[in-house]
Amino acid sequence: MSKEGVNPRRRRLLAITSGLGVVGTAFAVTPFILSMFPSARAKAAGAPVEVDISNIEPGQLLTVEWRGKPVWILRRTPEMLKSLHDVDPHLADPKSKVVDQQPAYARNEARSIKPEILVMVGICTHLGCSPDKRLDAGTASGLGDDWKGGFFCPCHGSKFDLAGRVYKNVPAPTNLEVPPHAYLSDTRIVIGADKKGAA
Amino acid sequence: MRKLLMLVVVLGLPTGAFAAGGHMSCGAVDCDRVDIDLGDQASLQRGARIFVNYCLSCHSASYMRYNRMGHDLGISDELVKEHLLFSADKVGDLMKAVMPKDDARDWFGVAPPDLSLIARSRKPAWVYTYMRSFYRDSKSPSGWNNTVFAHVAMPHVLYEWQGDQRAVLKKDKHGVEVFDRFEIERVGTMNPKEYDRAMRDLTNFLTYLGEPAKLVRYRIGVYVLIFLAVFIVFAYLLKKEYWKDIH
Amino acid sequence: MQTLLAWIDERFPLTKVWKEHLAEYYAPKNFNFWYYFGSLALLVLVMQIVTGIFLTMHYKPDTALAFASVEYIMRDVDWGWLIRYMHSTGASFFFIVVYLHMFRALLYGSYQKPRELIWLIGVVIFVALMAEAFTGYLLPWGNMSYWGAQVIISLFDAIPVVGPTLSEWLRGDFVVSDATLNRFFAFHVSAIPLILVALVFVHIVALHKVGSNNPDGVEIKKKKGPDGIPLDGIPFHPYYTVKDIVGVTVFLMLFAAVMFFAPELWGWFLEPDNFVPANNLLTPPEIVPLWYFTPYYSILRASVYNFFWIDAKIWGVIFMWLSILLFFFIPWLDRSPVKSIRYRGGKYKTALAIFVVSFIVLGYLGTKSPEVVSFFWVKNVYWVQAFTVLYFAFFFLMPWYTKYDKTKPVPERVTG
Repeated sequence: MSKEGVNPRRRRLLAITSGLGVVGTAFAVTPFILSMFPSARAKAAGAPVEVDISNIEPGQLLTVEWRGKPVWILRRTPEMLKSLHDVDPHLADPKSKVVDQQPAYARNEARSIKPEILVMVGICTHLGCSPDKRLDAGTASGLGDDWKGGFFCPCHGSKFDLAGRVYKNVPAPTNLEVPPHAYLSDTRIVIGADKKGAA
Repeated sequence: MRKLLMLVVVLGLPTGAFAAGGHMSCGAVDCDRVDIDLGDQASLQRGARIFVNYCLSCHSASYMRYNRMGHDLGISDELVKEHLLFSADKVGDLMKAVMPKDDARDWFGVAPPDLSLIARSRKPAWVYTYMRSFYRDSKSPSGWNNTVFAHVAMPHVLYEWQGDQRAVLKKDKHGVEVFDRFEIERVGTMNPKEYDRAMRDLTNFLTYLGEPAKLVRYRIGVYVLIFLAVFIVFAYLLKKEYWKDIH
Repeated sequence: MQTLLAWIDERFPLTKVWKEHLAEYYAPKNFNFWYYFGSLALLVLVMQIVTGIFLTMHYKPDTALAFASVEYIMRDVDWGWLIRYMHSTGASFFFIVVYLHMFRALLYGSYQKPRELIWLIGVVIFVALMAEAFTGYLLPWGNMSYWGAQVIISLFDAIPVVGPTLSEWLRGDFVVSDATLNRFFAFHVSAIPLILVALVFVHIVALHKVGSNNPDGVEIKKKKGPDGIPLDGIPFHPYYTVKDIVGVTVFLMLFAAVMFFAPELWGWFLEPDNFVPANNLLTPPEIVPLWYFTPYYSILRASVYNFFWIDAKIWGVIFMWLSILLFFFIPWLDRSPVKSIRYRGGKYKTALAIFVVSFIVLGYLGTKSPEVVSFFWVKNVYWVQAFTVLYFAFFFLMPWYTKYDKTKPVPERVTG
């Protein structure tokens, strides 16, 4: 061991060999790590889905599956849209400042392309439970009479409004996610893809 | 030197032994040579078109996805959707046959086998020879027979291209009738050269289909070997350096 | 750093283990080419375990899904083909390395006193490795997998009285089926690897207790310097670690050459018939085991005569098991006063050469039909019988040809 200190050639060779060894090992490990990402099958199963929205009545919510997750499509009534404005002071991020939670075209107060149609991933941003739908305002919701309608997560009590915006002082850190989506026609939307292509 | 020799002997044994006994036979006849070149993307694309248009009606390639094929062969998802997607609706779908398996069993007596791995289990030369060896046989239920696969249930799907062949027999030295050559009875829409080229494209594609990784593994192998060749120089110098201590 | 090490050493003998097994494990300084294969076997074991774990993440042990899940790994999983080829190539390389490692022991008498136990453990490892390879070969659920398992399990049928019940118990069904696949999976990915790792550990512990043999067969511990270190010994680390790195790199180059350029090795590592899903109604016409089993398979097929009221099938099975089990007895069959082939006489050298040739010829003929003629106008089955006799002669005549062999004087110190 002591010789390594006095022999510069030995030390240099040792450094080069170890360095190359580390590089080689890193290259060898990479395929193993990459093999754990979603496979072609998972990606195919997670392909964009098309939904016919013509049958959704105002105030009604349709749940569809995309990438194995629930996606909610809610046709909001004028009262519901009005309530969005009223709850602003109680929200953590009313202006959707966290960019990653929605595509640019849904960065508005209603968090949607067409104000009445909300498309949203129904997974709580806290720890991944699917929140309960408490769409109706008032005491019947079980969340007090000042409840304006929204979503309530049963796991840890996070609350969201009818645009999926998170309330202040709940565990969930951000608004619910709006997935990429686009209108193929007035009555058909595609979820998981938009004008930029598939997600 | 002796060490090196040892190594060559040890590692050379299996290959040498195989080379001594290895020959390719395609049924009763010798296989025809086929030039497989997975670098020939145009050929692979033509082969893919033949496969999807003709084979995929009855046979599946159910381990393969359309978009993977498109990606590997330089065909965009949009083009795959437009020109190749007959039996599925999504580009990420597996390449399943149009015809349900049970129908096929009723028609042909056997379910047409999946072709994903045909060029691996049968070898490309077999596939190529097989596709060129259909001949008219009135005794067979389909009206066709094949010198590579006697009494095969599959009819000659591409007879319009190749035309009708007749098998000419000859007597061998024991007086038994054996296959001699083919004669064209009715000319097809392709001349023999064009047909051979089309079958070469199809075989080329099926070789790719058997192992898509083949498109990349040689190149990666070269990189790995180059890296190891550099590494061993330093590893050897390091060993030499340390072993100076040992007398 | 020093304090952390001291903290750990008070609680776990880290420095002690490092010194005993690496930095102050004194190995003879004259190791040659044949001494690479121990560390290489360890390397392949680790590679098989790691690649195996990643394959297990995607593989489905279900007869309806198994074949497709392997193709899923080959196509849909990113880099899955690489991991699969590493594992399939690794299986064959494991046997190449282990056979060469065993041959080294035969060359230099590494099984002789005081290393009998190392050898015995080694043979058990070899048998466990065969079980590991056999169970693993069923998993892709190709047609060769299916019929290979069918044939090998049928060997147990030959055992009188309990045979048929035993083979049904092994399969968990009347034929090789889903139940068989599921239990083979359990054996292949958990039971046998655990046993293998434990045995390899014990193998190395036993080796480090008595010390390594060397090409001269000289006990280096007999000549120690004033500091108590064997005069012909050098610390394993760094000398043999840097040397083994070179060996490992050469090995990896050969491995990569096969894996990237010829993973099927013309049907020797991956057979064409195994790219067809299992079909319980159709045996592949050219069914043979993979190359590492063919010597024993040849011996099994060599037996075509009934004698002593026992039929040929049972003799075949007995001979086959015997051809493997006889390795256990080598330390006591060898009566030679010297270890290394360097100081043995012509008799042992001839016997070993004949044995190696027999092993290779039997292996080659195991891949051929017995009725076909491979060499010199004689049907394979007769060649196999002749070489089977020679194979067994190596073991059964060993006490005599080693005892009466003319040996040369063994030097006091290693010759470098």
